[in-house]
Amino acid sequence: MSPTFLYTVEVILNGLMAGVMYALVALGFVLIFKASGIFNYAQGVMALFAALTLVGIQQGQVPFSHLINAVFGTDIHHFGWTVPTLLAILLSLCVMILFAWLVNRLILRHLVNQEPIILFMATIGLAYFMEGLGDLMWGSDIKRLDVGLPSGGSFWLEDVTAGWAAEGSEYYGMYIDLLDVWATMIAVTLVIVLTLFSQYTKTGRALRAVADDHQAALSVGISLKAIWVIVWSIAGFVALVAGIMWGAKLGVQFSLSLIALKALPVLMLGGFTSIPGAIVGGLIIGVGEKLFEFSIGPMIGGATENWFAYVLALLFLVFRPQGLFGEKIIERV
Amino acid sequence: MLDDAELQADHLLEVNNIEVIYNHVILVLKGVSLTVPKGGITALLGGNGAGKTTTLKAVSNLLHSERGEITKGSILYRGERVGNLSPSDLVKKGVIQVMEGRHCFEHLTIEENLMTGAYTRRDGKAAISDALDMVYTYFPRLKERRKSQAGYTSGGEQQMCAIGRALMSKPETVLLDEPSMGLAPQLVEEIFGIVKALNENEGVSFLLAEQNTNVALRFAHYGYILESGRIVMDGPAAELRENPDVKEFYLGMGDQGRKSFRDVRSYRRRKRWLS
Repeated sequence: MSPTFLYTVEVILNGLMAGVMYALVALGFVLIFKASGIFNYAQGVMALFAALTLVGIQQGQVPFSHLINAVFGTDIHHFGWTVPTLLAILLSLCVMILFAWLVNRLILRHLVNQEPIILFMATIGLAYFMEGLGDLMWGSDIKRLDVGLPSGGSFWLEDVTAGWAAEGSEYYGMYIDLLDVWATMIAVTLVIVLTLFSQYTKTGRALRAVADDHQAALSVGISLKAIWVIVWSIAGFVALVAGIMWGAKLGVQFSLSLIALKALPVLMLGGFTSIPGAIVGGLIIGVGEKLFEFSIGPMIGGATENWFAYVLALLFLVFRPQGLFGEKIIERV
Repeated sequence: MLDDAELQADHLLEVNNIEVIYNHVILVLKGVSLTVPKGGITALLGGNGAGKTTTLKAVSNLLHSERGEITKGSILYRGERVGNLSPSDLVKKGVIQVMEGRHCFEHLTIEENLMTGAYTRRDGKAAISDALDMVYTYFPRLKERRKSQAGYTSGGEQQMCAIGRALMSKPETVLLDEPSMGLAPQLVEEIFGIVKALNENEGVSFLLAEQNTNVALRFAHYGYILESGRIVMDGPAAELRENPDVKEFYLGMGDQGRKSFRDVRSYRRRKRWLS
């Protein structure tokens, strides 16, 4: 096999896995948008906040330590213990659920029946508030997140594939990050669980009912407040998973919240209301931008990854505004 | 048919002189009182904008989500004030509304739609599947279409789906808003026939808001006529059907048979200006 072909395969594989990471973020948007028609601008910050909380709990940091030290003149930073990863993840999940409840209690409950744009503005406010809160609670330094997943290139794959290239060519084998492989598997599991939940449980059915028609859902006795807390909790859980994966890859820092921007084109491609759409959209964008960068990039000076996704999304908006899997607007004639 | 003594004896729902205001300014109901007896079909009649839907929503507490508010009066269910309950608490008490314009969950299948009606029930899978069978015996058409997405079924099937969905909650009282809307006369008959059967066989009480006075008065036991937020007339359905004013204004039958629409309109307009 020629090295060019092998390079292309490597690019596609890496693209697919990058796509899964985008899809992870997009999922959270889809969940909330479907159930409440709110475009949750804060989803990216929720991922950041979840990751910060996880690192903080794991390393036994004292929350608000800077604030406490400044007010009381003390000098405490750590409790002096570390928490096992799994327990820390569970505790972080509890924090996200509490957060979901608070958001509904303090913000959304007062905005029922407002225009979508007002709800959207509220989530923008929420995003900036959480950014600040995250800094205040856990400090603004860049943290390393280690949840025990393997990372770095797979030597096995490198060795195996190096032999595939034609004799005499300088090909050293494929580079695939193990962390990406794990992220992919976790994301796939997450999607399967979410799909089963929404298709086959009573609560899942109620979630879909609310997504279809708020008023009718109210009329059959589904409590919107309860459903919204559930949805925001699930979105918080998804944000935690995304935060763990992205945090393990890039380190936990402010720029983590910007991954939300990468989720936007994914949503436009896949449709704002479809879970499979978020996945396929993510994959298309991941593969598309990596292949484009690999093949066309060198001719036009590279760095195409920054804009390729948005151009693709723009094309989709022109030709298929509801996205690939967006809910078809059912119209009886 | 229930007689007067029975009507007096057992009131399920009692609406006492309620006033409803939307958006803090628009006064829609100006003191409406009515009672729904156990085991009866009570019709609430009137033209567009008379306040029928608002009355039903005031009872089921769906007003709140439309920025409406009950500012005066009280609503009693089995003698208990229910004005502050959430719609879901009310469904648990046995009062459920079938909204105007069907409002099925379009992307759910017919069967999933029906199952959402059982959301508040806590009495186990067996009871719920019994209820599903019961709905399918009254609406055999729904059984045929159970796997289709509700959004792709016909208007009549959607109306049946909406009524069936309400029945899944095992209601005592169903607030049925305009079931005839947009349906062919034949289908209207079919649906009213099923409502009557449900009333007689399952003992479900109905409060029915309807513009189609003719059909409603044939199937109902008692009727109230609403006009611009006030009840202007009430009585047993049979009496209302014979009442000359009802005949003239709502059934289009005057002393000399059918009247020209132009005469009816000018007469009513003159009366409005003077009163």
